[in-house]
Amino acid sequence: MTGLDYLWQALTPLNVLLALAGVVAGTVIGSLPGLTATMAVAVLVPITFSMEPASALILMGAIYTGAIYGGAYAAILLNTPGTPSAIATTFDGYPMAKRGDGDLAITLACVSSVVGGLIGAAFLLGLAPPLAEVALAFGPVEYFWLAVFGLTLISALSEGNLLKGLIGACFGLLLACIGVAEISADIRFTFGSQVLLGGIETVSALIGLYCIPVMIDLVATPDRHLKVTQQPRGFRLKEALAISWLGKFNLIRSSVIGTLVGILPGAGGSIAGLVAYSEARRSSKRSAFFGKGEPEGVQATESANNATVGGGFIPTLVLGIPGTPPDAVILGALLIQGVRTGPSLFTENGAIVYTFIYGLILATVLMLPAGLVIGRYAYKSIITVPKAILVPTVAFMTMIGTYAIRNSISDVVIMIVLGVVGWFLNRFGFSPSPIVLGLILGRIAEQGFVQAWTIGAATEDLTGMFFGRPISLVIILFTLISLFYPLIRKHWATTGGTANAG
Amino acid sequence: MDILRKIGATTVVAAMSLAAIAMISGVPTAQAFPDKPVNYIIPFGPGGESDITARHQQSFFKEKFGQDLVIAYKPGGGGAVGWSQLNGMIGDGYTMMGINLPHIVVKPLQKDVGFKTEDITGVYMFHYTPDAIVVNASSDIKSLQDLVDYAKANPGKLTMSGSGKGTANHLAQVRFDKMAGVKTTYVAFKGTGKAVAALLGDQVKAEWGYTSVGAKHEGKVRMLAVAMEQRHPKFPDVPTFKELGFDLVSGAYRGIAVPKSTPEDVRVKLSEMIGEINADPEFRKRMENDGMALLDVGYKDLNAFVAEQAKAYEEAAREAGVIK
Repeated sequence: MTGLDYLWQALTPLNVLLALAGVVAGTVIGSLPGLTATMAVAVLVPITFSMEPASALILMGAIYTGAIYGGAYAAILLNTPGTPSAIATTFDGYPMAKRGDGDLAITLACVSSVVGGLIGAAFLLGLAPPLAEVALAFGPVEYFWLAVFGLTLISALSEGNLLKGLIGACFGLLLACIGVAEISADIRFTFGSQVLLGGIETVSALIGLYCIPVMIDLVATPDRHLKVTQQPRGFRLKEALAISWLGKFNLIRSSVIGTLVGILPGAGGSIAGLVAYSEARRSSKRSAFFGKGEPEGVQATESANNATVGGGFIPTLVLGIPGTPPDAVILGALLIQGVRTGPSLFTENGAIVYTFIYGLILATVLMLPAGLVIGRYAYKSIITVPKAILVPTVAFMTMIGTYAIRNSISDVVIMIVLGVVGWFLNRFGFSPSPIVLGLILGRIAEQGFVQAWTIGAATEDLTGMFFGRPISLVIILFTLISLFYPLIRKHWATTGGTANAG
Repeated sequence: MDILRKIGATTVVAAMSLAAIAMISGVPTAQAFPDKPVNYIIPFGPGGESDITARHQQSFFKEKFGQDLVIAYKPGGGGAVGWSQLNGMIGDGYTMMGINLPHIVVKPLQKDVGFKTEDITGVYMFHYTPDAIVVNASSDIKSLQDLVDYAKANPGKLTMSGSGKGTANHLAQVRFDKMAGVKTTYVAFKGTGKAVAALLGDQVKAEWGYTSVGAKHEGKVRMLAVAMEQRHPKFPDVPTFKELGFDLVSGAYRGIAVPKSTPEDVRVKLSEMIGEINADPEFRKRMENDGMALLDVGYKDLNAFVAEQAKAYEEAAREAGVIK
């Protein structure tokens, strides 16, 4: 291991305190829908001016890590992904909570996040410079195919309801077109209204489409929000650890996927979580239970999205190209501190980089106790608060959270409208995930396509651009497998093959 | 109770965000100004260059005037969402917003975006990031002449990444192509970071970037020329376009504006304050180290300055098809 001597510098009392405070603050912020890791880190920037660069980095990294984990609470307990990277957590987390296993789901999310965070950080520690090259190998056309691949996951995620899934995705793609166009800067589909000028903000769409229908249903039905068992069961840590041990390959695979996708600037946690989820489902013996409260599903997304933290720091620190939006803020703070990123950062400024990486590992480890305790509070308060208080409180939070993203009232209005639309669509069997995927991936696909087409047309090699690059071909292959996988499986099932073998 | 704590936390955040929009307070007297934190709204997301330069100002503001400069973000529509709301904010000097050229000129010409260039009350333009042509350090294009030669021999085949349609570097590309009599292909990315990644990954042949790209990625990229009057102090070996016979001095200009209702004396006062930060040698050093170039256009001269720049921008934007 490199730079081991810096481990002790990371363990000064101040840094340990910062890591703990950061994780706690991050977890709380991340648990509130709308308050994102990016925002949390940005608010902190002025405080870090007066700190040592390494300590400042540790604090920001710890908040970031905590916020990604904290996003699991709302996903599990309220069916609301606080960040795009927690979308797939809702698939199994919320059903688990509904049947009374919310505490287990949260503990499991905590353990998985710690594992994912540690694996991501290990890659950052050991292999950052070579892995950064991956970020550069991904050109526009690779992003385009990656987004198309992500869109095909819809087919895998909406088995039996493929048509509705695709219709939902198309709706999402249309939503993605609203506002100032990604590349051409044209203004589209605003119908002359300035409300729509800024486009549909992803997180506010998430809050609207996922959370508002849950709120409406809560008001409309007399049932309790989540099923509650009588006796308190502690953290259920033993149970969670046992499940994690059984699912260790799932955890490792998901973390590696999370790290690799995290390295790609512009891909983001949503793709990481989804790819990890669908891979977990494909290879699981229990794939039939996915989407109905299968712990493996929570493990996959939560380990993958925390692994993107370490992965995202790889291009940020090695190339000076931020891997994720919070990384962009951290990079800016470093610049102001006078720290130059680049390959030389690892050799000349080893003290900063390695102290930071060990600090990040420390923060991740501290997330286990901190996350368990905060998670338990979150769970207890959600299940014990009467509905008459819970619904208005959550409704209030969704509005404040949506407003806070861009300081925009328009976003709040859009969020509520989408929420009501989402509720009606739910009644007709459309789930929010394909819509949101269309919204997120549509933008990535559009950017990649237009750029690849521009370059391909200029060099007079469009075919080679889209179908002649090795990485693209691999992604296309995955896309085809993912698209036809339900058919293949059906074929196996009818021909008497092993239906669940992956 | 946790839920109460959550409410508490959200309320604080809400109050902070609302405060950015509606500071309820009387007009301050000149000598006491500022007697409370000043809100500085960036109409873009955090982490971009507009944010970073504001952050550079932040610590000097606190040091010189004893009050915090509170940075908030209001992204959307390439800045238009923020600017269209600026005049609706309280004009007491405690709310100001970052402005960018060519954005405030080009956006309103594209479509009705809720504001006109002349609606914006700028108090100071404090710096610009000069446009520059950058190639990968391993590229066989060694000089601007090499680049022009290649573009002449292969019309349209020279791909150049940039940070987006209608941005400073896109308009510079249009103007340069015309001056040099070449045709290059501009590949728009979303932000400078992604445009640089495309360059470093050899997805494109060159980049229309900024001097800050050269500063941030020293050793991995080669700057061929910078669009400045004189060479940048950090890059004494990189020629200006002017030296090489192209009359191109341009970049992404940044400044600060206030709501229209802000009283005249407060506008002047704010302008002086920003100027004071700009004059600080340590501030200048930090900005120049990041590859920025400082600029001092105060309140009185600002309109004339914007008008002058606007002409060139509008022409290039029309040519580029950004304005129809």
